Amino acid sequence: MSSSSGSLARYIAVRLLLVIPMIWVLLTIVFFLLRVAPGDPVSAAVGGKLSEEALDTRRAALGLDRPLIVQYLDYLGDVVRLDFGATISDNRPVLDIIRDQGGATLTLTIGAFLFALLIGLPLGRLAGRRRDTALDAGIRVFGVVSYAAPIFWVGIMLVILVVKLFPGWPTYDIASVTTKFTTEPRTHILLVDTILAGDGAAVQDVLKHHVLPCFALGLLLSGVIIRLVRVNVIQAMQGDYVEAARARGIPERQVVRRHAFRNALVPVITVIGLQVALTLSGAILTERTFNWPGLGTELVQYVTARDYVAVQGLVTFFALVVVIVSLLVDVLNALVDPRVRY
Amino acid sequence: MRHWFNTIWNTRGLARWILVAGLVIVVAFVVLALLAPWVAPYEFNQSKVDGEKLPKLAHPSGDYWLGTNDQFYDIWSRVIWGARTALEVIFLSVAFSIVLGVPLGLVSGFVGGWVDRALVFVMDSLYALPSLLLAIVFSFLLRGPLGGGIVAAALSLTCIYIPQYFRVVRNTTVSTKEAVYVEAARAIGAPPRTIMRKYLFGNVVQSVPVIGTLNAADALSTLAALGFLGFGIQPTEASEWGYDLSRALDDAQAGTWWPALFPGLAIILLITGLTLVGEGLNETLNPALRRRRLIPVQMPAMRADDAIDARNV
Repeated sequence: MSSSSGSLARYIAVRLLLVIPMIWVLLTIVFFLLRVAPGDPVSAAVGGKLSEEALDTRRAALGLDRPLIVQYLDYLGDVVRLDFGATISDNRPVLDIIRDQGGATLTLTIGAFLFALLIGLPLGRLAGRRRDTALDAGIRVFGVVSYAAPIFWVGIMLVILVVKLFPGWPTYDIASVTTKFTTEPRTHILLVDTILAGDGAAVQDVLKHHVLPCFALGLLLSGVIIRLVRVNVIQAMQGDYVEAARARGIPERQVVRRHAFRNALVPVITVIGLQVALTLSGAILTERTFNWPGLGTELVQYVTARDYVAVQGLVTFFALVVVIVSLLVDVLNALVDPRVRY
Repeated sequence: MRHWFNTIWNTRGLARWILVAGLVIVVAFVVLALLAPWVAPYEFNQSKVDGEKLPKLAHPSGDYWLGTNDQFYDIWSRVIWGARTALEVIFLSVAFSIVLGVPLGLVSGFVGGWVDRALVFVMDSLYALPSLLLAIVFSFLLRGPLGGGIVAAALSLTCIYIPQYFRVVRNTTVSTKEAVYVEAARAIGAPPRTIMRKYLFGNVVQSVPVIGTLNAADALSTLAALGFLGFGIQPTEASEWGYDLSRALDDAQAGTWWPALFPGLAIILLITGLTLVGEGLNETLNPALRRRRLIPVQMPAMRADDAIDARNV
């Protein structure tokens, strides 16, 4: 027992150590990409609005007049202290943006994952069980199409359907105006805030607003899950232990549920974790579709405003999220599957 | 080529039909794109005929097959011209990323050492980032020097896909360069250039067609996503499906369906076609997944003297 837990601890330690250079490389890439670009960040963002002296003051305040290497080291130091700078266009700390808008993105993605599992697991299992039948073909086509359909298009279609069939059901934003303004921001996660406030009507309002965007994003993610579960069930069904279970006379339904399906789920954890990148991309698009006040919307606005500091800060934050979540997934996977630890 | 054709021909079952269905869809779009000037009733940015505006948001009808949008454009024409834009960008971006990614992977895998390790690390890090995020950053950067045209869009997509080719080609190179025939080539004095070009390249590019078609599908969805967010091809440059969808957002809230439905269907159809081709190629070219068609074995008829020979032995 002690040796196995020791190897797990070592695995996690090694994985942690590997994350640091990866984050460093990502930060370096982000920094230099945004700095080698021709043009000057300050005049790109607020040029024409301010006088030349004011622009110079802004540049000096941002430290853009210093040598590149100093700026680079400064940036690394700031990120270590979780300081992502303040935007050029409206002088708002990026950390404030993350705090205020991050909650909306968080609840959107969690809801989407719930929908994705709800749709993906049963369909993938069914397709794997009935391999090469019409049902399998149909589910696979659904998987391909849900992956192929641009999430924003699916979102728009859902909006049109809901507008026509259920007029009055919310089709954009995270809550109605009254809920937004009456809820006191404690955690800055609107759903949690309304629950903390004990306002049942507000909770209901926020949940209603979540259904459509979460479902749209969930459909996108379910395509991946269907494909994966299907392949895994097929592979697991060919495993020796499945044959052994059959040989012992265990009914086929139980063989599938207890023996094949359960083992087919292990890789799903990994792949769901790896979908963080896809989820973030999807979230950016979903937010734009549903006018969702999350980080994606902010990113889009600041890219449009050509605000280098804001874009750099938000991209850095997204990169950190991706790396940290994949680290967590690896650790979780090692806990679930002993074969992973080496 | 012949080798690939034979393997595809000898595959049985669903895989071949997937491939055929995909090819039919893709070829249809290519034909539509090539014939766009003759098939499309209007120019991609034509809102007037003889100085008179087309109707705004007209229902699909005999005059305007797919209706018109909020900019007085004919949607059927926009869809057709959009196919041309999409295929141009896809082709360019896949071509760019193969041209850059394959040699990079080949050299990195062959040379090894710290160059290889550094490149792998950078590529893996890039690969970890959400591709849309990278594309947004690159289009943000390229917008200044290159403008918002087709080449700029293709280049922002290229940057996302290079790591994939790099990775696959580099890993195959590393394993292939230990093969006996490579060692033999080295023993008879072949310089690295020759080994890479003549011995490694042919083995290493096997997986490129599959990645290429799957990337093409992905490139299209990223292009549309960029267009939807407003970072893609400028509306003055060409017709683009993603941009049309972003214009359709407000109409959708009002329940108007046709400006959004058709560009979206075009995207889905083309992506599905490309994905089917990729999946079909994967299942036919990958020996582990392939189900072979049984080829009837013809035994030569046994002749009497053979039987006698056999007995004498």
